[in-house]
Amino acid sequence: MQQIISYILKNSHRLLFLLLLGIAIALTIQSHSFHQSKVISSANFFTGAIYEKMSVVDEYFGLRSENQELAIENARLKSLLFNLNDSTKTKILDTLSGIRKIDIIISKVIKNSYGAQENYLTLNSGSKEGVKPDMGVINSLGIVGVIENTSKNYATVLSILNVKSPINAKIKKSGHFGSLIWNGKNTGFVQLIDVPRLASVRKGDTIVTGGQSTIFPENINIGTIEKVYIDDESNNYTLEIRLFNDMTSLGYVYIIKNKDALEINELEKKTGKNE
Amino acid sequence: MNSTIFYNIARFILLMVAQILIFNNINLMGYINPYPYILFIMLFPVNGNKSGLLIASFFLGLLLDMFLNSGGVHAAACLILAYLRPFLFKFSFGLSYEYQTVRINDSLTPERFSFIALAVLIHHFSLFLLELFTFEYFWIIVVRTIISTILTIILSILLIYLIKPNKR
Repeated sequence: MQQIISYILKNSHRLLFLLLLGIAIALTIQSHSFHQSKVISSANFFTGAIYEKMSVVDEYFGLRSENQELAIENARLKSLLFNLNDSTKTKILDTLSGIRKIDIIISKVIKNSYGAQENYLTLNSGSKEGVKPDMGVINSLGIVGVIENTSKNYATVLSILNVKSPINAKIKKSGHFGSLIWNGKNTGFVQLIDVPRLASVRKGDTIVTGGQSTIFPENINIGTIEKVYIDDESNNYTLEIRLFNDMTSLGYVYIIKNKDALEINELEKKTGKNE
Repeated sequence: MNSTIFYNIARFILLMVAQILIFNNINLMGYINPYPYILFIMLFPVNGNKSGLLIASFFLGLLLDMFLNSGGVHAAACLILAYLRPFLFKFSFGLSYEYQTVRINDSLTPERFSFIALAVLIHHFSLFLLELFTFEYFWIIVVRTIISTILTIILSILLIYLIKPNKR
């Protein structure tokens, strides 16, 4: 017993190192495993408050482009408003029931990251505003990411520029589905994999969200096809997509709250169990 | 003695703030950032408490991880550097480093430069290795390590001369 104690005392420095290294490596592994909430994240009051202060200063540098984007979006919304009385269009069924299925929460990116392989953003709205994990995040140009963690006032977003974020997407023209990934190389491009060979793909075609998941509604813009090549292993198309969004400069974003998400997910879980 | 503790606490906070506010936003070529906050570990007194340094560098890394959403990557890399620091001293300054008090923040000699370069290289390599967490992208790790290391060494040497305490 005395020998054990004297051994511990003699090697206390090394043991302390191993203990702390163990904690650090465990945190690293935990953060790399897919779809798990992080212990150490920037969605807490301390880091969130500092990033918020920083973004107040940062915002001034982006005012011009932000105004431009808002003006463009205003124009688009105005055109929607003026074209409302088009009687040749059939009405969408959802609006007849009088219940809105999708709510939009406006929020601001207070911390952007695009330099690593796994990128996360921090937003300045949290569970107080009704933000929950697995909600989609978009801006006026296209998709941005999916909510990963929330605290009372802040939320972190799994960016589409993250090697572990698969998003369901389709080719707008033909309706063929694929999954959207990022190979971690260029911040302007993502990849659409597993597109069947039957699909007709052409350079310049638009890619939109698929609507197979409850995270994003259908037909939100993502980007255009830049390059087409065939995957050797699966013999499916792999498409290089040029993003509409400039992920390196993000200002205001919209969080999509699908009211039916819970119901759909529960139903699907129940169905899976019975099989 | 008290003034050394004060200097180290001030260094910890100032380097942390500079790293978060300035150096994390450089993003050269889209993704390359220098990490001069590890100067805290390099400038820690040679004869200081070793276990204290380990704990301090662990929390330094952990705080940075909090801001960067990177799990425990920085904490692990800082710990490795803090643990290997005595060996680096021995390598750069010779066996008797403990008796002649080594001052890193003094005029730049080949010994001091080799110490800084090695320390930065070890920290950055373990950092990027843990960040990508795979050997599949080995060459990306190497390229990032080299470019970031060069940037950090230049900034570190500049910072040493900026924050050099001009007492004595």
